[in-house]
Amino acid sequence: MRLEIKDLHVHYGKIEAIKGISIVVNEGEIVTLIGANGAGKTTMLKTISGLRKVSSGQIIFNGEDISKMPAHKRADLGLSQAPEGRGIFPGMSVLENLEMGKYNRKDRKIEMKEDLDKVYHLFPRLLERSKQAGGTLSGGEQQMLAIGRALMARPKVLLLDEPSMGLAPLMIANIFNIITEINKTGVTILLVEQNAQQALQRAHRAYVLEVGHVVKEAKASDLLNDPAVRAAYLGTGAH
Amino acid sequence: MADKKHKFNLRDHAADFWDASPRWRKVSLSFLFIAICYALPFLNNPLINTPGSDFQSVLFYPVGMYVLMAIGLNIVVGKSGLLDLGYVAFFAIGAYTMAILGTKTSLNFWEILPIGMGFAMLAGVLLGTPTLRLRGDYLAIVTLGFGEIVRIVAVNTDAIGGPRGIAGIPTPPDIFNAKFTILDPKPYYWLLLTFTLLMIWVVRRMAARRPGRAWDAIRQDDDVAQLMGVNTLKYKVWAFVLGAAVAGVGGVIYASQILSIVPDQFNLNVSILILACVVFGGIGNVWGVILGAALLAFTPERIRFLSQPRILVFGVALVVMMNLRPDGVLPKKKREHFDPDWHTIEESGEGEIK
Ligand SMILES: Nc1ncnc2c1ncn2[C@@H]1O[C@H](COP(=O)(O)OP(=O)(O)OP(=O)(O)O)[C@@H](O)[C@H]1O
Ligand SMILES: [Mg+2]
Repeated sequence: MRLEIKDLHVHYGKIEAIKGISIVVNEGEIVTLIGANGAGKTTMLKTISGLRKVSSGQIIFNGEDISKMPAHKRADLGLSQAPEGRGIFPGMSVLENLEMGKYNRKDRKIEMKEDLDKVYHLFPRLLERSKQAGGTLSGGEQQMLAIGRALMARPKVLLLDEPSMGLAPLMIANIFNIITEINKTGVTILLVEQNAQQALQRAHRAYVLEVGHVVKEAKASDLLNDPAVRAAYLGTGAH
Repeated sequence: MADKKHKFNLRDHAADFWDASPRWRKVSLSFLFIAICYALPFLNNPLINTPGSDFQSVLFYPVGMYVLMAIGLNIVVGKSGLLDLGYVAFFAIGAYTMAILGTKTSLNFWEILPIGMGFAMLAGVLLGTPTLRLRGDYLAIVTLGFGEIVRIVAVNTDAIGGPRGIAGIPTPPDIFNAKFTILDPKPYYWLLLTFTLLMIWVVRRMAARRPGRAWDAIRQDDDVAQLMGVNTLKYKVWAFVLGAAVAGVGGVIYASQILSIVPDQFNLNVSILILACVVFGGIGNVWGVILGAALLAFTPERIRFLSQPRILVFGVALVVMMNLRPDGVLPKKKREHFDPDWHTIEESGEGEIK
């Protein structure tokens, strides 16, 4: 399931947040988008999942241009997004949130138990809290829930927006392990991260975004050693 | 849970009692409740009598009518979180359908009832499809405008009586021994009650199934609901249309009892008052909404002997109540922990909106 974005432009009113971005995510890859605050990373993901309208450009998923398709249909195709921050249903229990992830799957009854077990296995904390209201979870638990819920849809491409945000250092390593594990099961991943160090270590390829443009595209391991990238995003200057 | 206040809470106790009840008790309590509702017109108690107006009439209008409408509006505002300030429009459409078809054709009440409901639903689709893409404040303003437009069109259309409205609306034909006449409001009350009970049943069933889950999701986060594959526009339009259907039925019944209608009865105040019933009773909780509507409709009649100052007294009482119980008289039970057996999505299929 290849995802290709061609010359994408997105506006908020008159302000252009994405100014002609082209990226490719090949089947089986982890691709990461890194960039400073306001670079347009969240906007990219929202546009791909259909929450923001495309001004111009194409989003090609599995050979089909989906740039005009409503968000709920894109979800049915296998695009699944774990939104930035607390994108969970606060008034539903953990279990109900997870069930929502399957809302539109045809075989939801058959798959439900198996997939719940899978998610609970990845995030044992969610099992402990399965009856608790989503809104009363801690920030980190909400992140886990958002990722787990995205997995319930059996996504082909998973869009993750800052999954490590607000997590304790130990948990960060844990969540990146889980992301790698999910990828190994065949899920293609587009990962947006502030934690560039971790993201670049895990990803195959990376794009660096600056105010609505791609300024660099490379193998993730190359970017890890790029002095300019190190200075800007890894907090350690050139030697 | 340590910080949970251990206040005595009648609602939670009642809910727990109900949940813990065996089936036979639920069934017999339901029957008892329904029986009491049907017997209400025979109650003759100085506490609930309405001096200055006839209690049995008050029971039909405003009490019964407001309860039905509040249940309908609750689907829109309470379940799916859409602020509709023009709800009276659908009531007016139902009432006018009854008035026009009743006076100009030979169709009787029972034939007009589904037509009135259908017209109200059609209006719901036509208004809802373009406007439900809007959010929050915009939706409120557009619906408010719609409510006024329907009334103003009625005032300015001479073919349907203009500002003088329509008189001589026929009453429903008798069923069994119940005669529908202007003199006896009881059969109308029973008719209304029957529809109300039916509506409660329908809404409860839907709320516990896929549409209810979709409405919950939409209310809590529209964007995330879309990410889950919920066709949010479709479910919002359905909520709107169901609400419209309820108001349409209310309008048909109302017109058949009142015998003549004028456009100015269907003004903004009605929309606001029904919304007040929903909020006052406890948004989203059907029992709260029923209680709220009953109280808000009944109290001004009960204190009619105060004549002019009664609206002031009523207003002050409202403000005081909303300060004491900001979530309504009988709010939705706040769920921190959940019943593990409450898996609505697994019983999908049924009640699904295509
Ligand atoms: N709803 C909105 N209305 C107007 N402008 C917006 C809106 N959302 C985002 N923007 C603007 O678009 C630009 C890109 O925002 P975006 O959220 O995509 O950044 P980001 O790269 O995800 O940043 P961060 O790392 O802080 O999450 C920013 O300048 C932001 O102010
Ligand atoms: Mg962001």
